[in-house]
Amino acid sequence: MRKAFCMLAAVLLMSTAYAGEPNYELSESLKASLADSKVKSRDQAIAMLAEDLSEQHISLLGKLKSGLVYADAATSEIYIREDAASDCYIRLADAQQICGIKLRRSGVSTLQKKKIEALLLSSSLSSSDPEKRAAAVKNLLESEAQSEIPSEQILEQIISKENRRDIYLNLKVAMALIKSADEKTGPQELIDCIDILEDYGNARCISALAALKNHPNPEVASHAASAAANLEFKQEVADFFEKIFFGLSLGSVLVLAAVGLAITFGVMGVINMAHGELIMLGAYTVWGLQQLMPQSLSTALFLSIPCAFMVSASVGMLIEHLVIRHLSGRPLETLLATFGISLILQQLVRTLFSPLNRAVATPEFLQGSVQIADNLSITCNRLSIIFFCLFVFAVILLVMKKTRLGLEVRAVSQNRPIARAMGIRAQRVDLMTFGLGSGIAGVAGVALSQITNVGPNLGQSYIIDSFMVVVFGGSGNLFGTLAGGFIMGIANKLLEPVSGAMLSKIIILIALILFIQKHPRGLFPQRGRAAED
Amino acid sequence: MNELTVQEKFLSGETKSFILVTALLGAVVVMLSLMPEGSFIHLPVYVVNLLGKYVTYAILALSVDLVWGYLGILTLGHCVFFALGGYVMGMYLTRSIGAQGVYGDPLLPDFMVFLNWHELPWYWQGLQYFPLAALLIICVPALLAYVFGRLAFFSRVSGVYLSIITQALTYAMMLAFFLNELGFGGNNGLTDFKTLLGFSLQTDGMRILLFALSVVTLCLCYLLCRSVVVSKLGRLCIAVRDAENRVRFIGYRVENIKLLIFVLSAVIAGIAGALYVPQVGIINPSEFSPVNSIEIIVCVALGGRGRLYGAVIGAFLVHIAKTMFTNLMPEFWLFALGALFVLVTLFLKDGVAGLLCVHLKTGSTETLTDKA
Amino acid sequence: MKYSFTKLALAAMFSLNVFCSVQAADDTIKVGIMHSLSGTMAISEASLKDEMLMLIDEQNKKGGLLGKKLEAVVVDPASDWPLFAEKSRELLTKDKVAVVFGCWTSVSRKAVLPVFEELNGLLFYPVQYEGEESSRNIIYTGAAPNQQSIPAIDYLMKDIGVKRWFLAGTDYVFPRTANKIIEAYLKQHGVADEDIMINYTPFGHSDWQSIVSEIKAFGSAGKKTAVVSTLNGDANVPFYKELANQGISAADIPVMAFSVGEEELSGIDTTPLEGHLAAWNYFQSVDNKDNAEFIKQFRAFTKNPKRVTNDPMEAHYIGFNLWVKAVEKAGSTDVNKVLDAIVGVKTPNLTGGMAEVLPNHHITKPVLIGEIQSDGQFQVVWETEQEVKGDAWSDYLEGSKDLISDWTAPVKCGNFNVKTKKCLGSQSK
Repeated sequence: MRKAFCMLAAVLLMSTAYAGEPNYELSESLKASLADSKVKSRDQAIAMLAEDLSEQHISLLGKLKSGLVYADAATSEIYIREDAASDCYIRLADAQQICGIKLRRSGVSTLQKKKIEALLLSSSLSSSDPEKRAAAVKNLLESEAQSEIPSEQILEQIISKENRRDIYLNLKVAMALIKSADEKTGPQELIDCIDILEDYGNARCISALAALKNHPNPEVASHAASAAANLEFKQEVADFFEKIFFGLSLGSVLVLAAVGLAITFGVMGVINMAHGELIMLGAYTVWGLQQLMPQSLSTALFLSIPCAFMVSASVGMLIEHLVIRHLSGRPLETLLATFGISLILQQLVRTLFSPLNRAVATPEFLQGSVQIADNLSITCNRLSIIFFCLFVFAVILLVMKKTRLGLEVRAVSQNRPIARAMGIRAQRVDLMTFGLGSGIAGVAGVALSQITNVGPNLGQSYIIDSFMVVVFGGSGNLFGTLAGGFIMGIANKLLEPVSGAMLSKIIILIALILFIQKHPRGLFPQRGRAAED
Repeated sequence: MNELTVQEKFLSGETKSFILVTALLGAVVVMLSLMPEGSFIHLPVYVVNLLGKYVTYAILALSVDLVWGYLGILTLGHCVFFALGGYVMGMYLTRSIGAQGVYGDPLLPDFMVFLNWHELPWYWQGLQYFPLAALLIICVPALLAYVFGRLAFFSRVSGVYLSIITQALTYAMMLAFFLNELGFGGNNGLTDFKTLLGFSLQTDGMRILLFALSVVTLCLCYLLCRSVVVSKLGRLCIAVRDAENRVRFIGYRVENIKLLIFVLSAVIAGIAGALYVPQVGIINPSEFSPVNSIEIIVCVALGGRGRLYGAVIGAFLVHIAKTMFTNLMPEFWLFALGALFVLVTLFLKDGVAGLLCVHLKTGSTETLTDKA
Repeated sequence: MKYSFTKLALAAMFSLNVFCSVQAADDTIKVGIMHSLSGTMAISEASLKDEMLMLIDEQNKKGGLLGKKLEAVVVDPASDWPLFAEKSRELLTKDKVAVVFGCWTSVSRKAVLPVFEELNGLLFYPVQYEGEESSRNIIYTGAAPNQQSIPAIDYLMKDIGVKRWFLAGTDYVFPRTANKIIEAYLKQHGVADEDIMINYTPFGHSDWQSIVSEIKAFGSAGKKTAVVSTLNGDANVPFYKELANQGISAADIPVMAFSVGEEELSGIDTTPLEGHLAAWNYFQSVDNKDNAEFIKQFRAFTKNPKRVTNDPMEAHYIGFNLWVKAVEKAGSTDVNKVLDAIVGVKTPNLTGGMAEVLPNHHITKPVLIGEIQSDGQFQVVWETEQEVKGDAWSDYLEGSKDLISDWTAPVKCGNFNVKTKKCLGSQSK
């Protein structure tokens, strides 16, 4: 009874919601061109809709652009999908809601979308909603491509009506862009334009200013030249900081991948060639959790940090217990055995999850970028990886310096027999240390899953770099790893524009080989008796 | 690996048997392959070709055993020398294609025509002459080994650090040879060889000849290694392996010993590479890949290091297994290889050769256990 | 000691026998399948093996070929190039297969080419490639450069109005050649030097920050810019992710990819890729009866309702049908007879057209341009009016302008110089 009532209420609600939507009659040819399977036919449909920009047509164009227009292949009836997530459609002819049918989307190409955008732009520029206007103007100025700026007259009309300051200013910039390209503009007016453009200073303004440098009027030309030089200088400064940021971000990825190794290799003296595969397991954990809870991607990501730690740590402890323990004091044999384990883990993942890469989604809060200065923006995911790396590093330091485990680990690594004599169970400490290092590898995998492929080969691409970072920084020294990673990252990014991506990598590797040969114990060598073996 | 054998003769029983068995097996293979086709014991030439490839791997394993088994240096990048030798051979073979390439250019290899190069780079000059190529096959790996070894050994990089930088070296070389600008054919490498010393490479006779040549080279390299190992130098090597500092304190220049053996081993690896290329028909940067070098290490470990013949046995076992696995159950090859690594290091410290020795109690030579 | 070696020798002799296993009976026709099932290339090649097994199975259900059953011989070259040569020699001499379907990368094809020519085998190669090759013993069912890059550039230039070009590629032979051809073609069409930028990166390059920032700067010069990407496999995901993060959408700077297909997209979160372009000769989304049937069969065969199909799979589908028709026409599986019969053989492709084997051992293919959708499929936005003939030797490269390939009677040469009327290279003998 209650159920039935609810349903009735829902139906009533819906009918009121859609009563407002006028049902419109589309001409047969328009319907046909919307329903055709070929995307090309949409050109015709858009042209037809553009002939008469009524409210209805604008709304239909908007829906077409966002891919919500569907058609029945057999009857050419046009439907509008409620939204991308729902499975319900509204038939355009009679505003009926129909759910769960199979329809073909009336797809549009990017080119057509842009055509629609241009059609809608003038209408949204004069829209009554200030937010819509602001977005439209912003779009006008920021888009990398030259979307067609409306003509001078239209813009002037809009400017005269505008009452919000920020929109007004942006409109002025758009106006200046048009005027600067117009040959008929007088010199005084041009100089005003140049000032406006210099103030705004995005890439399009720079190219507009560069074009004005050759203006026949010397005053305009010199004005433009100085403005352009100013902007270019700013751009160069921004570029430099951008490079440093890129370097830091690459460095933080390296540090994350290497810091687990720094613990197992630096502190325990165990070469773990399977470290890369433990990173891979961490990345697969993210994928697994996202499969389990597809609705809440960000929760899954946060949850996967402890989970990945657990997964990799337990695999690592298993490796320690079964293999490494029996090879203590034979580092070269450990290297071989763990290499074997890495092959097994790789093939295991390949057999279990197929050799294909797995799709890991990036949650919303990690997408996009943050504007730091006028022409310097930093991508969110990279920024969060830098912070995440520092956070992980801080946690490791805390564990090593402030906890009982850390104390025991340091004691065992410095002098094993004495530590045992003091009552420390060295074997247990080894197990825990190795677990910690492996767990950190898993956590690194979580971070890597956000920027690269999650597949069976993930680990291999990082293992050599991680080893280089640890050896470069000086084994046994966590700060060395941090510094080593960041130096390698920044050096790489400063070299890359000069020498190309291929060569910069080779140069860095060779420089590292030479460095290690000069300073076999790295940047920050371990001192004292523990260093002698 | 703490066994130190004293007073070994150059031509000990096992050396004689090794040479005998290798030569005999080689001869049998050649004879079987010459049998008329269709007869029951006929050996198809592609098997001979395959065996020839294994023999070159065995030579490479021998060179690795020399530095790992006798000097204690675990090199994770020995394929660098192998591949360099191979590249020199590949360049010679490419030059001898002459005007038979697809573009018919008498001077430039196909890939250079293809990338619009107009003249031959200087390092390709003169490689159409076999004596020069043969000289370079020895010199190029030796030079790299000398430079690398001089830097590494004289600044006393050792142990795992050395292993890691040898791995970085081979990785850097792989990336460098991927570069198309370098003029070694980039990812595609060098291929489509036609003739060697004027004889077509695509005849059965040539294949059998190359196989026989590889077997002879294996025997010669074995004898060379053997003579080094039983000499005073060889004894010093073992001393360095087991207690480097003591040797230094006695007054020997440990660096020079290491360097000499390292260069010798690189030369042997280069020769192996040069024999490998004409039999396989292609050389490309993936030969530099760190995994290849590690695979050779496991060959030596499986066979038993510090016994030269062990490396040879190991190379054959691993590669026969590889061929069989990739035929019968491709998905399991990596599992098998991985398990091999783990099991050999855990349970088979002295490898197959060690097992054989223990079972057959061949204590013909006295052994002395060094407890240091 | 001697005893041990004798024992060892016996063991070695025994293992030799493994290689020379007993030959199978003559009542089947053997078809070799040589695709990497392990190693780095397994990601792309493994599904081609599944597809070939299905096609052979279907053919056997139809009664086989020439009254005999087909038998698949699967080998795994493990993404190891010398192993490709070894395995092809094994297929041709030990298993005596009538035909081999295999290879993916250029280097694997280059590695096996001498083997197939020496032993007179027959290889069907299903992947788009750089051209500059035509072997008597290989049928190229993938696209030659003029069946992929040139039409794609035309679309960008004419329909989208691109004026500035960023050519990004992985550093190996296909991107090198494709970019050389594209560069020559663009210059012919009046594009200035400063409007073309070429960038090469190593395999599996994962840190794209600097390059994407460079693209951004390159694209802000006020002219419509596009990226033509010949990036290989693993490098793609981080590249597109970085593009999206730095705020470059398909509407601003579209990316036209030559190596991104459905299979690759199935392992990617496609949100950042939406709207970017790819040029192929087949898309799974093509609305066609044969195609629907093929997809259904493949999913049923692999028992996976989500399996995707892609361009190289269509190439193998075409290649297999061409071979079957040629064998029927020749009445034998003998390689020489099949090769004589195969030129001119036609079979329907999966996009509603016909594929015909040309005298240069390439086939006719339509060129489609698709936009990536959020579901990992492509939406076809442009296609050629009719099939394009594959051209082995590019007209835009200096070295190969005057070369043609024709394996029919009067010429019978893979690299015939039309100016000097000479057949170049080894075939000249």
